[in-house]
Amino acid sequence: MEILNALGDGFAIALTLENLLLAFIGCFLGTLMGALPGLGPANGVAILIPIAFSLGLGPTPSLILLTSVYYGAMYGGRISSILLNIPGDEPAMMTCIDGYPMARQGRAGEALTLSGIASFVGSLFATIGLVMLAPQLVKIALLFGPAEYFVLFTLAFATLGGISSTNQAKSAFAAALGLAIAMIGSDSQTGSERFTFGHIHLYDGIDFLVAIVGLFALSEVFIFLEHHRGGSAARGGTMTIGRLLPSWATIRSCIPTMTRGTGIGFIAGVLPGAGASLGSFLAYSMEKLAVDRDGKTFGKGDPRGVAAPESGNNAAAGGALVPMLALGVPGSGTTAVLLAVLLSLNITPGPLLFTRNPDIVWGLIAALFIANFMLLALNIPMVGLFTRVLLVPTRILMPVVAMISFVGIYGITSSTFDVMLMVGFGLLGWALRKLDVPMVPIILGILLGNEMEVNLRRALQISDGDWSILFGSPLAIVLWIIAITGFVLPIVMGRRLKKRIEANRPPEETAEGD
Amino acid sequence: MSDRIFGAVGLLLAAFYIWAASIIPDSFMIDVIGPRTFPYIVGAIVAICSLVFILRPDAEPAWPGMQAFAEILFAAAALMLYAWVLPEIGFVISTVFATAYLTWRLGSPPLGSVITGVLTSGGIYLVFHTILGLSLARGPFGF
Repeated sequence: MEILNALGDGFAIALTLENLLLAFIGCFLGTLMGALPGLGPANGVAILIPIAFSLGLGPTPSLILLTSVYYGAMYGGRISSILLNIPGDEPAMMTCIDGYPMARQGRAGEALTLSGIASFVGSLFATIGLVMLAPQLVKIALLFGPAEYFVLFTLAFATLGGISSTNQAKSAFAAALGLAIAMIGSDSQTGSERFTFGHIHLYDGIDFLVAIVGLFALSEVFIFLEHHRGGSAARGGTMTIGRLLPSWATIRSCIPTMTRGTGIGFIAGVLPGAGASLGSFLAYSMEKLAVDRDGKTFGKGDPRGVAAPESGNNAAAGGALVPMLALGVPGSGTTAVLLAVLLSLNITPGPLLFTRNPDIVWGLIAALFIANFMLLALNIPMVGLFTRVLLVPTRILMPVVAMISFVGIYGITSSTFDVMLMVGFGLLGWALRKLDVPMVPIILGILLGNEMEVNLRRALQISDGDWSILFGSPLAIVLWIIAITGFVLPIVMGRRLKKRIEANRPPEETAEGD
Repeated sequence: MSDRIFGAVGLLLAAFYIWAASIIPDSFMIDVIGPRTFPYIVGAIVAICSLVFILRPDAEPAWPGMQAFAEILFAAAALMLYAWVLPEIGFVISTVFATAYLTWRLGSPPLGSVITGVLTSGGIYLVFHTILGLSLARGPFGF
């Protein structure tokens, strides 16, 4: 009952004209960014953060705009998967396998509608799951002291490489690099200058927005330059959509599929280090195991093979918001970027968010429900509009993206130094991507570094310098066990899983992060 | 080989980081572990990971040829230059050049690039400055 009341208040906030408009703009831009290969949810949100701030939007409106973009990108990714066999973003990879064959058979419209419905089901139930689960998790999180928080952060980094990681040393390196960058600037506890070498620009530390936009958005531009890939995504592809509505029998046959996909996806989203890509991968693989063991129809245009990954990745997107909002520890790339939104608005995420700023949490959740219905409307009747976007050549698109990133960063910092630093991060991101070093742990390290250190120092302050406090409670020990398992397990079985995911990946490169 | 070089760079970075951490001055406020302990831990992790890269390198990544490599460096230089002149000559003019350069390098014909540059710059100015009221860099001409 309590939850329903809170949600009711949330709807009162979300249903203002300004917030509805922002949700609509977010959904539209998100679908657009999801549909365009090279612009994924993580870099899409990253580019828009500084712009939302320079426009002076408050915390709730900014969050509504940016999470609508996040949800929208999860819907939009499927469009180019189905029509062109190029995933619009990483989580949409699995949709290619059955979506493209359906399009080849002239059933593109049906595949788009069906995957739109599956996306809707996945997001809707995941958002309901978020409403149920997050407050429970908050109750547990309130038991956390500084030592437990420190271990929780360690857990987030240890599992962030995910069970599909090939090289855990590279994930760990990335996390440490992020933490190292976070240390630059005045120490929050004692005020000592650290790693500034007397440079006045470094006293406040490195703005994480500069790092995020550089690492995600600009490095993407460099990748496109490297390959001279300037044509439109749709070059030479068949783009006929055909009949939009699938038969009722097809939809009905997909209902159990969507249910399973939603369940699996949501769990994958909530678990640390999984995210939407893994959600859609698991949903597809499980569905294949469940209904098509011998591989008779899957991979040849089975509608269930389209519904499963789409409900899976959208449910995972909703699920990933649970740890981000309740614990302040994101489990995926885009939720890490959304955490950056909270931090730059001076809102501390985590359990206290629910008691201190219930208006933000519930307003956001209500907005997600509304955004879902908008997205359904945008993605089924108006899907033709978004397919046109695929005709825009990247030689025009990427420079525009780069310039908008510059506008945003310059808008909030007005500093040439920060803009140059962003270009530097872009180059660094390009080189690290070549070396297969993941970007997300770097971002998370920069975002959480100070918080992690503060908790460590508080814990040791309480214990008067005794390091055993980090293993001092059953809760902490459980968290350590999960962290260590999460780090070691991929070394044992990760290569196999990664290989299976890679085997399904179409040759085109897609934007990093989900 | 790339991973070994990367590991060596990582080790140097870790050594530099740990040295830089060791010269962090103490302040009049003190807490139990001080401002240096956490950076030491982070530096140690960077060093350990770098050793792993050296001992167990991954397969060689697909590096671009010299030409593509130069392409990226020139683009980065162009963007650095853009950041530098932005406050001097204003947003609109510098953005025309930066966009035209990028779109030309991505394969537009020269004339098309200039048109793209002008349209992008004007479009962003219109949307973000005129409609949304964002402050963009002002040059000597006020735009």
